[in-house]
Amino acid sequence: MAELQFREAIREAIDEEMAREEKVFIMGEEVAEYNGAYKATEGLLDKYGYKRVIDTPISELGFAGIGVGAAMNGLRPIVEFMTFNFAVLAADQIINHASKAGYMTGGQISMPIVFRGPNASAGQLGATHSVAYDSMYAHFPGLKVIYTSEPDDAKGLLKSAIRDDNPVLFMESEQMYGMKGEVSEEEDYIIPIGKGKIKREGSDVTVVAHGKMYHVAKQAAAQLEKDGVDVEIIDPRTVKPLDLPLIVESIKKTNRCVVVDEAHPFAGFAAEIGFLIQREAFDYLDAPVQRVTLPDVNAPFAKNLFDAWLPDAKNVIEAVNKVTYRN
Amino acid sequence: MAIKIEMPKLSDTMEEGVIASWNVKEGDKVSAGDIIAEVETDKATMEVEAFDEGTVLKILVDEGDAVPLGGLMAVLGEEGEDISDILEGAGNGDSGESEEKAEAKESAAEDKEESKSSEDSTTLTSPKSETSSSSSSDDGRIKASPLARKMAEDKGINLENVQGSGPGGRIIKVDIEEYKETAQPAAASAAAFQSLESREVKVSQMRKTIGRRLSESKFSSPHFYETIDIDMKAAMAARSSMNEANDVKISFNDIVVKACSIALTRHQAVNSSWYGDIIKEHGDVHVAVAVAIDEGLMTPVIRHSDKKGLLQISSETRELAGLARDRKLQPEQMEGSTFTISNLGMFGIEEFTAIINPPNACILAVGAIRDVPVVENGEVVPGKRMKVTLSSDHRIVDGAKAAEFLNTVKNLLENPLSMLL
Repeated sequence: MAELQFREAIREAIDEEMAREEKVFIMGEEVAEYNGAYKATEGLLDKYGYKRVIDTPISELGFAGIGVGAAMNGLRPIVEFMTFNFAVLAADQIINHASKAGYMTGGQISMPIVFRGPNASAGQLGATHSVAYDSMYAHFPGLKVIYTSEPDDAKGLLKSAIRDDNPVLFMESEQMYGMKGEVSEEEDYIIPIGKGKIKREGSDVTVVAHGKMYHVAKQAAAQLEKDGVDVEIIDPRTVKPLDLPLIVESIKKTNRCVVVDEAHPFAGFAAEIGFLIQREAFDYLDAPVQRVTLPDVNAPFAKNLFDAWLPDAKNVIEAVNKVTYRN
Repeated sequence: MAIKIEMPKLSDTMEEGVIASWNVKEGDKVSAGDIIAEVETDKATMEVEAFDEGTVLKILVDEGDAVPLGGLMAVLGEEGEDISDILEGAGNGDSGESEEKAEAKESAAEDKEESKSSEDSTTLTSPKSETSSSSSSDDGRIKASPLARKMAEDKGINLENVQGSGPGGRIIKVDIEEYKETAQPAAASAAAFQSLESREVKVSQMRKTIGRRLSESKFSSPHFYETIDIDMKAAMAARSSMNEANDVKISFNDIVVKACSIALTRHQAVNSSWYGDIIKEHGDVHVAVAVAIDEGLMTPVIRHSDKKGLLQISSETRELAGLARDRKLQPEQMEGSTFTISNLGMFGIEEFTAIINPPNACILAVGAIRDVPVVENGEVVPGKRMKVTLSSDHRIVDGAKAAEFLNTVKNLLENPLSMLL
């Protein structure tokens, strides 16, 4: 195992896939000359040259469209957005074209494209820079959505995403690029899309958390352990397709569930999981499923308000207390 | 000036009454003569009316609760009047208890309000965190988590017996697990076969009265029994021809009532009551007919049945039985019997013994009419027979007297035309 930063794990995945397959190329704002806004693409220009590491103007719809066109013509583009908050400009290309091309051509066209970049809030960047989009894209058929939480998952899953013949949205958290973690040194390390992971075994309550929220859940679990509550944390890793059986099996053991999500509550990831659990594990529930989400309010800028807005370990502990009837 | 509404004595034997329903609620205005409540007594549900006018200031007894005779049920007065002294000095155990209940209900209602106001917010990041948790309904259904329900079902545990420790009394996993430890070991295996649930049913006023009076009868009056078999062929023929000619259908029971009534006029000892120092031989014949209703047994009385024709007996019996089933019988319609008839023939019972309905001296238990082979003129021919059993109080009626009475009844039924004489 090697200890890598999140950005290094991503770089390794892209590098390995570009080396392995000539059709893979990366494009986006500042990915080449500047070595990436978050240095995820550092050194790739030197290694692969201007043809495969391409700087684009600030024109999300335009370069996403170029990516879609390239994929239609047999290349395997990786389109980096400086943040998924700006990728809403490219939503037409992602939702109307990338996701539907295969379906509307009866499978004649495949769409081996990866859209990647930071998701959700980074800190005090205001309301237009702080939205978690994984739930929104997961709503649309034809798109795979990944929001990773650790460098190891990032490497294994990004390699899978690049090799996938369908459009994949690969999301990272801006706050996690510097985060270090053990990454497998296995040659050609692949994690299949759609397989979640029990990241902490426990018997009292199942906490489902992905992306940045996994770390919040981990913090809460450490605190709860001192209070005698044994938390099991499941990181589904891919939002869609979702590893529901893993979650259901865990609930059969713990009988209680809290979903922690970085998005707003309405019709989001947490809502969906809550629904699926009651459908698949109704007879195993000892308490209503609780969710911890953002409030139905846009991100504030002021630090104190921002801290109150973002779910934290305290919120998770409260929810766990509720489902375990400890008040 | 506040007016106390107290439990009235609605029948001779009544000791307490159960509020079947309130027709008014606190704050309602009532006038004299308004029916304010229905009260279940020993045998009937009676209406209680207001004798004064005013506003109902306080109702002290919940529906379904009992109040002793004279106990405070409600207070009437002028709106806003202070009645705390009346409530304090109520001196009525039941009222105190129900006051507590009322308070408990009120506070439960408040809790409900509170939990409503802290609506299930979907986020936990709002500065004000939810304190009270989900559902709490007072509709009487058992709240249990899906898991607890499943576990209880698998283990054959009746959720009604389980105390819930979750919010609002919700039964959760741990409650079922702990229940299992204290449960009867046989419960789980027995559950596989049981389809009925064991439960405790509160003894109704009527059932209490039945129990008390029948025990008194059976334990204090020395019963003996005599059975006689009656040829019903002629009575059946007579009944058919009577029913062909009339709109009101006469039943065998009506014919038995008539026959007994006539027989009672001839055997006054049977038409008597034991009062310790005296035996009262009644001058009138009032025959009670036992009527089974869902809640128990009632005995409406056909007054002067000896002087009434079959048609009248039939229509009166029908009417009284109907009132009994609707629990609308008034005490005077159930009191003063001198003899009782209990007929289980319609259930196919051949013969049985009945317990005397005090203060009667005797009761006649009537069985079904059976097709039986009988010997007539040396040959076996089909016959119609009915067995009746007379239970007699030996303090009043001796064996021979009972036998004479039965023979009279037998003769009357076997020669129905003689009833006309």
